[in-house]
Formats: sequence, structure tokens, C-alpha cells
Amino acid sequence: MSKTKIPFYRNPKIRSLFVQFFVLSLVSFLILSIYQTTVSNLIERGIQTSTSFFDDVAPFKIGFSPFLDFDLGKTTYIEVFYIGILNTILIAILGIIASTILGFIVGIVRLSPNWLASKCALVYIEVFRNVPLLLQIMFWNFAVFLATLPPPKKSIEFGFLYLNSRGLHTPIPYVEDELRFNFWIFILLMTVVGCIFLSKWAKKSFEHTGVKRPVFFYNFLIFTILATLSYLALGGPLEFDIPVLGKFNFKGGGQLPLPLFSLWFALTIYTSAFIAENVRAGISSVSTGQLEAANSIGLNRTQTINMIVIPQAMRVIIPPTISQFLNLTKNSSLAVAVGYEEIVAVWAGISLNQTGQAVIIIAMTIIVYECMSLFTSFILNMYNRKVQITER
Amino acid sequence: MNKNEVFIKLPDRPPPSSTVGIIAWTQKNLFSSTTNTLTTILFFYLIYLYIPPFFDWAIFNANFSGSDRSICDANKAGACWTFIKVRFDQLLFGLYFASNPDQIWRPVVALSVFVLILIPLVIEKTPHKKWLLIFLLTIYPIIFIILVYGGYFGIPISNTTQWGGFLLTFALAFVGIVLALPIGIILALGRRSEMPIIRALSVTYIEFWRGTPLITILFMASVMLPLFFPSGVEFDKVVRAMIGITLFQSAYTAEAVRGGLQAIDKGQSEASMALGMGYWQRNVFIILPQALKISIPSIVNTFIALFKDTSLVSIIGLLDLLNMSQTASRSLDWNGYDIEGYLFAGFIFWACCYGMSSYSQKLERKLDTEGRTE
Repeated sequence: MSKTKIPFYRNPKIRSLFVQFFVLSLVSFLILSIYQTTVSNLIERGIQTSTSFFDDVAPFKIGFSPFLDFDLGKTTYIEVFYIGILNTILIAILGIIASTILGFIVGIVRLSPNWLASKCALVYIEVFRNVPLLLQIMFWNFAVFLATLPPPKKSIEFGFLYLNSRGLHTPIPYVEDELRFNFWIFILLMTVVGCIFLSKWAKKSFEHTGVKRPVFFYNFLIFTILATLSYLALGGPLEFDIPVLGKFNFKGGGQLPLPLFSLWFALTIYTSAFIAENVRAGISSVSTGQLEAANSIGLNRTQTINMIVIPQAMRVIIPPTISQFLNLTKNSSLAVAVGYEEIVAVWAGISLNQTGQAVIIIAMTIIVYECMSLFTSFILNMYNRKVQITER
Repeated sequence: MNKNEVFIKLPDRPPPSSTVGIIAWTQKNLFSSTTNTLTTILFFYLIYLYIPPFFDWAIFNANFSGSDRSICDANKAGACWTFIKVRFDQLLFGLYFASNPDQIWRPVVALSVFVLILIPLVIEKTPHKKWLLIFLLTIYPIIFIILVYGGYFGIPISNTTQWGGFLLTFALAFVGIVLALPIGIILALGRRSEMPIIRALSVTYIEFWRGTPLITILFMASVMLPLFFPSGVEFDKVVRAMIGITLFQSAYTAEAVRGGLQAIDKGQSEASMALGMGYWQRNVFIILPQALKISIPSIVNTFIALFKDTSLVSIIGLLDLLNMSQTASRSLDWNGYDIEGYLFAGFIFWACCYGMSSYSQKLERKLDTEGRTE
């Protein structure tokens, strides 16, 4: 038996090593040459890339900064960066909450047995997800809200909310007496703990005796009554700063400026169309066999929905919905078109124009978004792992 | 005895009248229960509240005639489509072709050729679809450049800086898909490669571009790209945007293709290995033809997203369809008619995206049933 010697260039291991080495050196060469050209270009243009501008005072005004105080003439560039991040997080949270609620409503209406309701939801989904978000933001901001909303004097009222051409004025809660407030929070926490015990006991007793109690309803009742009673007993530990119409504008309360309001509105409508589609797909992915099986073992309608449909549908709905949340956060960068002061607008926009530090500023902006994206995929992976374990 | 008379099949009786026809349908779908009836009334009321006034404004009271704003100013109750009519060439083909009406045949021919190739591609029974697609992705861009950019055969040059309107939107999206497809395929193969360094590089590239919003990438392309090249090399804004879009889109295409690659049975690859095929033979002749076919719906979906996202170039100052309609509605002649501008741009975007998404959904359903019958 003659052993033919395989030439070394036919050996898959050596070939793979060679290919990887070749590609790696090509990529490194590319990056290095781009780096060198960039450095020489920067020197040629007289731009010194350094982070020293972080501590310089920013010469422009930021109108909306609810979390960090902005002082024209005092706030530095790095603080502008933080304000941008915080404003991005604010619009992301507002958008995620509103679009989830609206998306679930539209998705459920889409599956309604009522033909008219279902078709209306279909039109909503198909119209809003097939028109560019930027166009929608500009449409709502410039063509609708700016053009039609009344001046502050004639604001549209919803209870204590006032909508006018400057934005949405809302009451904001604040704590007057910390001791009373902390005591109230303590009572609320104890109530929650009590409710958890109650539902555990109810579950146990259900498993022993088969008597089903409306625990959720009881808990809801107990929580609302205790929370209200203790709130009243403590003399209102939480005060509300309610906007009041002054001579020209509202005083007090919080304000969502019109750009933020239109951005929130457009992001919510756009994202909710996608979430509605996820919800529809998720619920219809539960096979009819599951429903028939639930019927045949005698579960009633509520039980079927709570114990059979929702757990299985959620597994399909949640992962793409989390991706939609990330998309919403990334899409909030379109605020630059209407002038809401989030990170791309104040940092990659105004600050870049003022300082000319393109490399550092763009890199920092990208890093912020990469962190958000990594965070989202971390959550997503965690959820997928959890679902997988409960599956088997 | 005649055997045939034992069993005589009578014709089927018609279904009870309460289960067929319009009345039964209405009863079943709109008024089957109290809640159902209430829902119907509620939605009917909502439709009544918004739809007739909209149609009154958009069609019945709308202004179509005339060539300046006086007629629209006189009738404020209706939409001003005169604005769109007057600025139509500009909105569709940009400033250069609007100011040179004798050249307007160029974009018209280019877009018509595209539609003429697209129609047989969408029809299911067309033979040689593969070659049509390859023609569209390789030869057609050359035709497009010769026709729209000019410079050959005595066709005058239209600078990319003067491109605009729907033509620019189309060009950006088309460049994005044509260049991103090959890069995306390579990246998808790289991500599934067995070589750790190749895999790591592909994953880094894909996740980097997917994690960043397009607007940041466009800012980067317009501010930093000139820094990356030696000082002699200059790109204009449109080309910079195209580079940014291609980098961005290739990551998404890669993920779409990877989905297709994952769906291919491992046996296919093993069988071709057993036949003695090398890596490229295996992928080009066996794996990719199957994987690409499966991933067409998701590639179309990423393309829809890209098509909508091209509107972001208006933020870096390009006059695409969105920015063109906005600029036109803010010009002195037509100041104040921005709703019409947005609606027109929105309608074109919607029609293209809705068409594409219906096609991809149809394809998805078809692939789905094919999988089931096997």
C-alpha cells in the first residue's frame, strides 16, 4: 500500500490558515492606510484631533434638557453630549411605551372577527409602515401640528393636559415632604408583597381544592383601596405641579416641546404598525389544534386565552418586538429634521459644526448607538434562552 | 334488474338562504353579536367622521387647473394639485431635467426600461427569469448611467449634483441594492465560514453597521469620507451618500442571505463535498442558488426598508423626492401648500413599498406551501 504524499498546499488546515492570514493582513493594511491618510489629511487641514474641546463652553442654546440643567455660557461640550444621550433615552422610552400599547391594540383589532374593524386595522398597518418615517415626522410636525395647533391662549385641553403650537403641557409630580413620601412608598411596597402572598396562597389552594378565585381582581381592589386610603391619610405625599396659563404662555408643569411631541407621535404611529403586524403574526401562529385541545379538556374562554394563547403567542411576538424597540431608538435620530435635541442633533450636528472634530464626535455617536444595540441583543439572547429552557 | 337504479345521485340541494349571500355575510361578519354590532357602529362612525371630508378636500373640491397659485388661493377648501402639476417634472426628475425639457426623455426611457424588465420578473411563469435578473443587476446600471448621467453618444452630461426628485431616490436605492448584494453574499458566507478570523471579521462588520442608524452613517459619509482618501480624490455628495448606503445595506443583505443559507439542509453541502467539489464550486453551484431563492422575500424586505430610508439623504442636503417636494412647497410661488407636497411624495413612496411588500408576501406564502408539500 503506497502512501501518496499530499502536497502542503492541498492540506485544508494550511490553506485555511493561509487564507485567514491573507484576509487579515489585507484588512489591516486597508485600515492602516485609511488611518494614515486621515491623519495626514487632518494635519494638512490644520485640524488637531483631541478631546480637549470637551471642557470648552458650548456657545449654543439647548432648549430642552429636563434632566441636566443647561446654562448658556456654563455648560460644556461633554455635558451637551450627556444631554443628547438623556434626550435620546427619553424619546426612546416614551416611544416604546406608546407604540407597544397602540401596536397591541391595532394587532388585536386586526384579528377581530368584525370585518370592518379588521380591514380598518389592515389599512392602518399598510399605510403607516410603507411611508418613510422621516416623511411622516415632517408631515405631522410641519404640515399638521405647526399649521393647525392653536396658540397657547386657545390650547386644546384634555383634563390637565394642554396642547398648543408650542407643545404639550403636562402636570409633573414632585415630592414635598420626603418622610411622608417614603412612608407612602413603604406602604405600597408592603401591599405588593401582601398581594404576592395572596396569589401564591390562592394558587396553592387551587391546586389542593380546585376552587378558582379571582385573585387578580382581589389584588387590584386591595392595591387601589390601600394606595388611595394611605395617600389620603398621609395628606397627599405627592404634589402635582399643574401648568397654569399665564399672560403669554403656560407657567409651571412640564412641557414636551412641539418637536418632541411630533417626533413621539410619528415614531409611535410608525412603530405601532410594525408591532401590530408582529402581534397579529404571533397570535395567528398558535395553531387551532391548541385551541381545540383546550376546549376538549374543558378550559373556558378566559382560561384558554390566559393559559394557552398568550404564553405561546408571546414567544413569537416578543423577539421581533424587541428589535422594533431598537429600531425605534435608532429612528429617533431623525429628530434632527424637526429640531428635537437628541444625540445626533446636538452632538453629531451642532457640536460637530462648531468644533470641526468630525472623527471623535462621529465615533462617540456611533459608540452610543452600538452600546444600545449590544444591550438590546443581550436582552434578546437572555429572553430566547429563558424561553428555550421553559420549552423543554 | 337494472343495477344502476339502486342508487341514484340527486343533485345537491342549495345551501340554506341564511348562510349565503350578502345578508348572511353581513350578519356573520358585522352583526354576529352585540359587541360585534357595537364595533361595527363605532368604526362606521369613525370612517364617516374622517373619510368623506378627506375625499371632499382631496378630490371633489380640489384644484387641478391653472398654472399658478391664484386659483388655489381662491379656493382654500380643496387640495391644490395644481402645485404638483406645475412642478411635476421637477418632483420626478430633479432640477436638471426640469430646466431642460428637451432632455427629459432620458430619465423617462431609463425608468421605462426598468419597469419593462420588472414586469416579466414579477409574473410567475416567465421563462429565463434568472437571466433577466442578471441583466437588471449588471447591464441595466450601465444603461442607466449612459442615459441619465450622459457623456457618451453625444448625450450631454447631467451632473449628479443636479440629480433630484424620484430619479435620485431611485438611483440611490438601486445602487444600494446592486452593490450591496454581492458584498452581502460574501459577508453571509464569511459569517458561516469555518475559519474563525473570517467569521469574526464578518460578524464585526455586519453588527457594526446594523447597530448604527443610517443618518449617522450618512453624516459620517459626508463629513469623514473625504478624510479617508488622499487629498486629490474628490467625491460629490451623491456618490458619498451612495457609498454610505451601500456599506449600510450590505450588512442587512448579509443577514437576509444568511437566513437563506441556514435554511439549506446540511446534506446538500455534504453531498457536494462527497462529489469532490471545492468550497467555491459547492457554494456557487449548489448552496447559493437554493439559498438565494429562499432569501428573496427577506432581501425584498430589506430593500423596502432601504427605499424608505433613502429619504434620509434630505437631511444631508440632497434633493431627493421628499426634500424636493418640501423645497418646492416652501418656494415663494407655492408657500403654504406643503400638505400636498408631502402627500404626493408619500403616495409615491407608499405605492412602491406597498407593491414590493405585497410581492414579497406572495412569494413567502408560495415558498411556505412549497415547503409543506414536500
